[in-house]
Amino acid sequence: MPLLEGKGVTKYFGGLAAVLNVDFHIEQGEVVGLIGPNGAGKTTLFNLISGALTPQSGTIRFRGENITGLKPHVICRKGIARTFQLVRVFPNMSVLENVLMGVLFGKSDGHGMGQALEEAEKWVDFVGLSPVKGLPARSLTLANQKRLEVARALATGPKLLLLDELMAGLNPTEVAQTMELVNRIREQGITVFMVEHVMKAIMGICNRIIVLHHGEKIAEGTPQEIATSRTVIEVYLGE
Amino acid sequence: MKPGNVNLRKLWGPGLTFVVLALLAAFPLYASAYGLILVTDILMFVILALSWALFSAPTGYVSLAPAAFFGVGIYTSAILGKQLPLPLVVFLGGLISFCLALLVGALTLRLRGIYFAMFTFGLVELIKHFWLWYEIRFTGTRGRFVVVVDQKTIYIIMFVTFVLLLGTTYLIRRSRWGLALRSVGECEEAAAHIGVNVNILKTITFAISAIFMGAAGSVIATRWTYVDPYIAFNPLYSFMAVLMAIFGGISNPYGPILGAVIFAYLEEILLTRFPYYYMLIFGVVLIITVLYLPEGLIGLVMKLRKRMAGGQDALA
Repeated sequence: MPLLEGKGVTKYFGGLAAVLNVDFHIEQGEVVGLIGPNGAGKTTLFNLISGALTPQSGTIRFRGENITGLKPHVICRKGIARTFQLVRVFPNMSVLENVLMGVLFGKSDGHGMGQALEEAEKWVDFVGLSPVKGLPARSLTLANQKRLEVARALATGPKLLLLDELMAGLNPTEVAQTMELVNRIREQGITVFMVEHVMKAIMGICNRIIVLHHGEKIAEGTPQEIATSRTVIEVYLGE
Repeated sequence: MKPGNVNLRKLWGPGLTFVVLALLAAFPLYASAYGLILVTDILMFVILALSWALFSAPTGYVSLAPAAFFGVGIYTSAILGKQLPLPLVVFLGGLISFCLALLVGALTLRLRGIYFAMFTFGLVELIKHFWLWYEIRFTGTRGRFVVVVDQKTIYIIMFVTFVLLLGTTYLIRRSRWGLALRSVGECEEAAAHIGVNVNILKTITFAISAIFMGAAGSVIATRWTYVDPYIAFNPLYSFMAVLMAIFGGISNPYGPILGAVIFAYLEEILLTRFPYYYMLIFGVVLIITVLYLPEGLIGLVMKLRKRMAGGQDALA
């Protein structure tokens, strides 16, 4: 049984098919990449999985359970966490409070405040933000705000983590650090599904890549297969 | 910074609160008749401003519905005041407001920004006109007389309502519930995606804030002796609650309290001393506040304290 499985997932915005009849599956322990040109439907697919949007047809199953159309907070508590393409930290809360929110609300089992704080500290440390944990999130650099989003998502105790363009806007050093972070997340036994434009990153860390174009899945395979696929090259570079 | 310093500063707020509450509790023992009426009025505005801030300050949802719940409380008193003892009437006023707010909140809290403000404003007008229609159609009169209660009882019940509101505010702010409310104000979408049930959270908190507005209406109605829908559902009470809270500052609960006390007292003074210029002076004070004190009076107080603390540290 795959960890996450989608069958015939479809979402229209007006007459435009943002995601059309897409089948996908993510296995436990994988790092899967989702790529495609701008407007291909990558973020929409993430929104459908995380409950921000409801598909018009198709089903999404998580650990065998149908989660199609559930509310975002319910999906989060079932074990799917996400980050956002444009960072959405809580700007006036401290770094630690941001992560604490994830611990306090993201799990189905209750926590005492002391225990929750301890766990929040652990995740702040995991992404390397301990030195700035008392600062308001708005004062962090973009790279650190993205790390904070990852820590907040991890604090909800996910089985599956959706990363939406985690590396966009980062410089080469920060990209390398972020790749290292994704590898460490995988080592925690957390499955990762990531939208990414930085090819070096996606080729380097993914087991498997799914390619979307105009809302449809046009290719799927290992990084080597995708890099040499004629259809994918045509989509990106034109014929 | 010395640890003794920090402790003193932490005790300053609760200590002052305790002293003021003790003075207020004993107030009927030494107050003049006029003083009692004045302070009851001020407490009423404090309740409106503070309960408004309970929901709207952290979430950023600007509600213009206080007058609706206040009016519901007033009419609870007007209808049930003769049959039931006042504390029970006030409790029912709060309860009915709570239920109405639960219904309204469930329907409208998906609206954001200006749309939510507009809807809540419309709610006051809707209830006012519906009630006017009902009264004329079914009772044949526009207004009602409210049972008269002595000033001391009115004061005590208003004071108890205020203390309960203060306790509720404190508990919510201190808990994970308060943290969740802030997260909704900061980024609602992110809050939902990390497991906060935002709709339930907003609706319940909105309804809890309505309890105190309704209770305040139920108490004060007994002093007004006559009410009609135009008096009870006057949108001015919504605006007053919002203005007082913003004037005082909404970053912490002392702000709305301070704002309401000064505003209500100023209104009284201006109204009696300068009846012709009262609205004008009021407007000027308000404009100055908005222009020069964007964080309200409490923002100014905190800035001054920080400056004084900074000076002390520099000397030491």
